[in-house]
Amino acid sequence: MTKTLFTNARLIDPVALSDTSGAILVEDGKISRVFEETHPDITGPAIVDCGGKCLAPGIVDIGVKVSEPGERHKESFRTAGRAAAAGGVTTIVTRPDTLPAIDTPEILEFVARRAALDAPVRVLPMAALTKGREGREMTEIGLLTDAGAVAFTDCDRVVANTKVFSRALTYAKSLDALVIAHVQDPGLSDGAAVTSGKFASLRGLPGVTPMAERMGLDRDISLIEMTGAKYHADQITTARALPALERAKRNGLNVTAGIGIHHLTLNELDVADYRTFFKLKPPLRSEEDRIAVVQAVADGLIDIICSMHTPQDEESKRLPYEEAASGAVGLETLLPAALRLYHEGQIDLPRLFRALSLNPSRLLGLKTGRLRKGAPADLVLFDADAPFVLNRETLQSKSKNTPFDGARMQGRVLGTWVAGNRVAGEDK
Amino acid sequence: MSFRAQHLLGIEPLHPTEITTLLDLADQYANDPNSVRHRDVLAGMTQINMFFENSTRTQASFELAGKRLGADVMNMAMQASSLKKGETLIDTALTLNAMHPDLLVVRHPHSGAVDLLAQKVNGAVLNAGDGKHEHPTQALLDALTIRRAKGRIHRLSVAICGDVAHSRVARSNIMLLGKMENRIRLIAPPTLMPSGVAEFGCEVFHDMEEGLKDVDVVMMLRLQKERMDGGFIPSEREYYHRYGLDAAKLAHAKPDAIVMHPGPMNRGVEIDGTIADDINRSVIQTQVEMGVAVRMAAMDLLARNLRARRGAALEGVMV
Repeated sequence: MTKTLFTNARLIDPVALSDTSGAILVEDGKISRVFEETHPDITGPAIVDCGGKCLAPGIVDIGVKVSEPGERHKESFRTAGRAAAAGGVTTIVTRPDTLPAIDTPEILEFVARRAALDAPVRVLPMAALTKGREGREMTEIGLLTDAGAVAFTDCDRVVANTKVFSRALTYAKSLDALVIAHVQDPGLSDGAAVTSGKFASLRGLPGVTPMAERMGLDRDISLIEMTGAKYHADQITTARALPALERAKRNGLNVTAGIGIHHLTLNELDVADYRTFFKLKPPLRSEEDRIAVVQAVADGLIDIICSMHTPQDEESKRLPYEEAASGAVGLETLLPAALRLYHEGQIDLPRLFRALSLNPSRLLGLKTGRLRKGAPADLVLFDADAPFVLNRETLQSKSKNTPFDGARMQGRVLGTWVAGNRVAGEDK
Repeated sequence: MSFRAQHLLGIEPLHPTEITTLLDLADQYANDPNSVRHRDVLAGMTQINMFFENSTRTQASFELAGKRLGADVMNMAMQASSLKKGETLIDTALTLNAMHPDLLVVRHPHSGAVDLLAQKVNGAVLNAGDGKHEHPTQALLDALTIRRAKGRIHRLSVAICGDVAHSRVARSNIMLLGKMENRIRLIAPPTLMPSGVAEFGCEVFHDMEEGLKDVDVVMMLRLQKERMDGGFIPSEREYYHRYGLDAAKLAHAKPDAIVMHPGPMNRGVEIDGTIADDINRSVIQTQVEMGVAVRMAAMDLLARNLRARRGAALEGVMV
């Protein structure tokens, strides 16, 4: 029976929303006791002295793109897994927007096998909602669920045909399957590279109005009301979509929402002179929108913060802005970037980990995300104050497309444990 | 009197004194465009015109400007060549850079493409129009035309009319006229206005007669053929009826207001033929003439900076 005692820790508990000093005993991969004293008097277990730094439940990151199958030169399970461990992410929930799309149990099994072989962290795959992510026919939701798919999503493609989408939702509902959708009106957002407004016009880039997001959300909420399906909006990034989300929750619909870390920490002006590493989908928003969604995370209206980790190689980014690929890597920068919000006083650490660890675990019905007896010992130990300047070449990801290259950041991961085993940090 | 820029990528990065310096030099060239005295200004320098998008007028203007200054000018029709073979813009830039051009004149259908290319080459890059972003030499030649007609390029009331949303000419002109402290009025149907236009510091009108009231300069923009039918405006004839410049609408401007157009014109769509040809009002031919002078001045100034940089680098090596 392996026992580890984490002493002298600052415990970040997203369930009780508390930030207190204490210690944790881990036995056989699970948390067996939580102590209020920092140095409990127990003999036997190996000791990890946390040095007064923060110990929190490991991050559960929904919507990570691992480019297997199809584009292993961009990211593999090995590199994504290492990046996750280095970033304090203990569970990655992978996207099906691969080549080919993960839309059959056979491809899903391949992914699960590759993940089990190569990734040091937990990997939970999602599957496509429609075949080939083409928005025409639903996938084998039942068989895919049996094969281990934890959610169904066409990723950044909107199922434009409402009949197809409502049928898929109705069917998913019968299996209690979670559907994750990208909320953008497909017509308005077609061809857009940035958010419309003064900046888009000055740069001469095609823009999409932020209203497209609310329209997408409004449509989906109507369908959820109709079908009763379990639904998560992958990224709510604009102020205008928030009242609709709030109303849907108040009406008791099974609706949650997430947001990518980049939309919480950057705005459209960061694109500056056509910097394609800042090209995201949906595009970065105005500062007003950013402030509104940060507040929504603090209030719990937006449930989940994720990295929207999207590896892209240099070739697909070194192009004129309109032609460049969208997305940014984020597994390793998720925590230090999220800590910007903490250092700016916009959100406290328990609430931050509610959005990073607890809520995503709850959404997927996992026991992780808690510092409670019986919960898996998926932990991240970090120094919230340690400053550093990010050098993208030091990232574990195969692709280095981070918008934070050269950025001053605060917050370093000192160690990551999955089921009580150390996967990152000094003595791994 | 100074001009520090390494490239001419847009009006946005320029300082008002740089604009004045360039216009002053262009003025001198305009007075005496053909003189043999200019022949050694760019002697021994190589100018490559890379046009990734169709152009007859701008390319000819740059070519003539280079030749008048004694440069070796080479035209590359980029649509026909490497891009069709799948080469990326960066690779094309690196290939060309290996040929050591001194001046690169680039037009590209994507906004920001010329900036991207400029990061990868050693010579001076001139933006001859990138997507819907900027077309700096057009704005400069417009400014020179206005200055010669009106005696100044500040405190004028200038109307920019037509497809502002898709026009790089409009963007560069808004930048330049704003920097030189003019009053700018944008006149267009709402579907052809750029988003966020209210924050541009311009007055916005959807009615020609109202917008043209007492302006000194009327700048018309070209309406692209593909935007005419249904997508942005109902039809060509409705557009002409509401936004085409004719004598009745022009009567609202100041009596001595000048009429400009970057060409090529759609007569009977955005402008009435007789106004375009009215030598008392239209300065459209002058614009073409000033185009060559402005491009001579721009290349002259960039070449001076290029030589200075190379000289400094050389001294650095010898020390």
